Amino acid sequence: MSLGSPTMSKYFKILRISLMERLVYRADFFVATLFRFLPLLTTFLLWEAVFAGSAEKEIAGFSRDRMIAYLLMVQVSRMFSSMPGLATGIARDIRDGNLKKYLLQPIDMLWYLLSYRGAHKLAYIATVALPYGLLFFACHSVFESFPLGWTLAAYLISLLLAFVIGFFFEASIGLAGFWLLDVTSLMYILNIVTFFVSGQLFPLDLLGPVPMKVLSYLPFQYLAYFPAMVFLEMTTGEELAWGLTIELAWATAFVVLSRWLYRLGLRHYSAYGG
Amino acid sequence: MPIIEASGLSKTYRVYQKKEGLLGALRGLFRREYKEVRAVEDVSFHIESGEIVGFLGPNGAGKTTTLKMLSGLIYPTAGTARVLGHIPWQREDAFRRQFALVMGQKNQLWWDLPASDSFQLHREIYSLQRESFERTLGELIDLFAVKELTRQPVRELSLGERMKMELIAALLHQPKLLLLDEPTIGLDVVAQATIQKCLREYNTVRGVTMLLTSHYMRDVEALCRRVLVITHGKMLYDGPLAGIVEQFGQAKLLKLHFAEDAPDDLGRFGEVTQRKGPVAELRVERSRVSEALAAILDQYTVVDMSVQDPPLDQVIARVFEDNRVESGAV
Repeated sequence: MSLGSPTMSKYFKILRISLMERLVYRADFFVATLFRFLPLLTTFLLWEAVFAGSAEKEIAGFSRDRMIAYLLMVQVSRMFSSMPGLATGIARDIRDGNLKKYLLQPIDMLWYLLSYRGAHKLAYIATVALPYGLLFFACHSVFESFPLGWTLAAYLISLLLAFVIGFFFEASIGLAGFWLLDVTSLMYILNIVTFFVSGQLFPLDLLGPVPMKVLSYLPFQYLAYFPAMVFLEMTTGEELAWGLTIELAWATAFVVLSRWLYRLGLRHYSAYGG
Repeated sequence: MPIIEASGLSKTYRVYQKKEGLLGALRGLFRREYKEVRAVEDVSFHIESGEIVGFLGPNGAGKTTTLKMLSGLIYPTAGTARVLGHIPWQREDAFRRQFALVMGQKNQLWWDLPASDSFQLHREIYSLQRESFERTLGELIDLFAVKELTRQPVRELSLGERMKMELIAALLHQPKLLLLDEPTIGLDVVAQATIQKCLREYNTVRGVTMLLTSHYMRDVEALCRRVLVITHGKMLYDGPLAGIVEQFGQAKLLKLHFAEDAPDDLGRFGEVTQRKGPVAELRVERSRVSEALAAILDQYTVVDMSVQDPPLDQVIARVFEDNRVESGAV
């Protein structure tokens, strides 16, 4: 199966222009960034209450500090893996006929959107760097150590793959729009499921060994839980290698799936609609 | 070699027939009824290099569907087409680099950025050499006279200015074929005339082939020597613009200026379209023109008179209407 033939410079340029577009709305940008801190705050307060009301010092291997460190790192994972509006955007392009531009011009939709999304992520990360930096500084005592060397490398790889899985997973859902009129409700359900089983609300260790084992074979935990655990050096050694292998497998699977859906979808679109 | 060769192009859509009401909607979840809509039926034509051809027809006649097939967006149900030597729906890059489709109702430019940024993006998408890109862009900016406007965000441009930018973007990669779907829709007369002038000049200088649909006869009269008329998916006419009047204009327009008030029994010669004081206007069947004229001149004192073909847009409107009635009866 062909993955298209991206000329890097072409898609890099798209990334640059997308970045400029993104920066047009500065105010929107800052307000959105600020509001993203609110859910984090409520999750903190929730866990504060849990620990305050519990006689145990640790819950499923997490002390209070560890829990806060975990919740912070999960935010960083999601910064890379969440793709708000991607699936619904693709579905809308298909429904409204904006898909045309990808068919008329010598350009590949998925590579184009990947560049576009990459630009948004870069812009977002650049803007939140300061507030997040302050937050991490304020909470620095909850971190026992900062990973170095191979652990850091493994962490960065896990983040990159989280981005790839996040992107191509949502893109695949969006491409279902070739056959479904609306993917909003599908996406809504998946978002709720993802929120829990990716480990965004609590470490998956709380679920017990069997569900954890099952989830380790599914893609969700690689969007949030896994990179965080790698950073905190709670997933190490063989477990880490195995995790990265499964993450890579899922990333590849979603790339292939989305390419396949795109090709099939175009055939369907060209035959029935336009 | 012709730029466009279409033979026997047909496209049939399957349209889901939704039943009325909630119960119907629920039923639709399990069993759906489809209606076949023949959007285009057995359409054939050739377009040679450098031609500007107008594509006329009422709404829903199949113009846009045909353009979509020629630009490779959709497959035909039957028939073949070769455009610039390629089969369009194979969507080879080599083909996509040689043509452009501009739809008056769709935006290609980035809404929040100045047009010049979108132009840069096009340069990347089409992998254009910097020098030749800059030269082409300079020429186009001069041609469309938009030098001051390329740094303004597109959303702040007027509709006419935006259309000029759309056209520039579409021409940056120097396509050999330009497909235009309603390029002047919603524009005022002045803006329409400017777009027409630019397109004509571009055609003269570059020899680019154009196929355009429009509801404005002004566009067609200004640009096209040859027209294709399509109604209900079927080709009705292919030939010079003036030929439409000969073929479909079955009546002539008689303008009469009488010495006294125009007589009120003119109805026996044809349809009276205007009667005011000494002036009257009559629609008369072609075959009866000489007979009617002789009778009128014999019976009344006529100061001045003329025999004209009815205006093109009236003839075309009639062609569209007549065909609507015909197929409505089927």
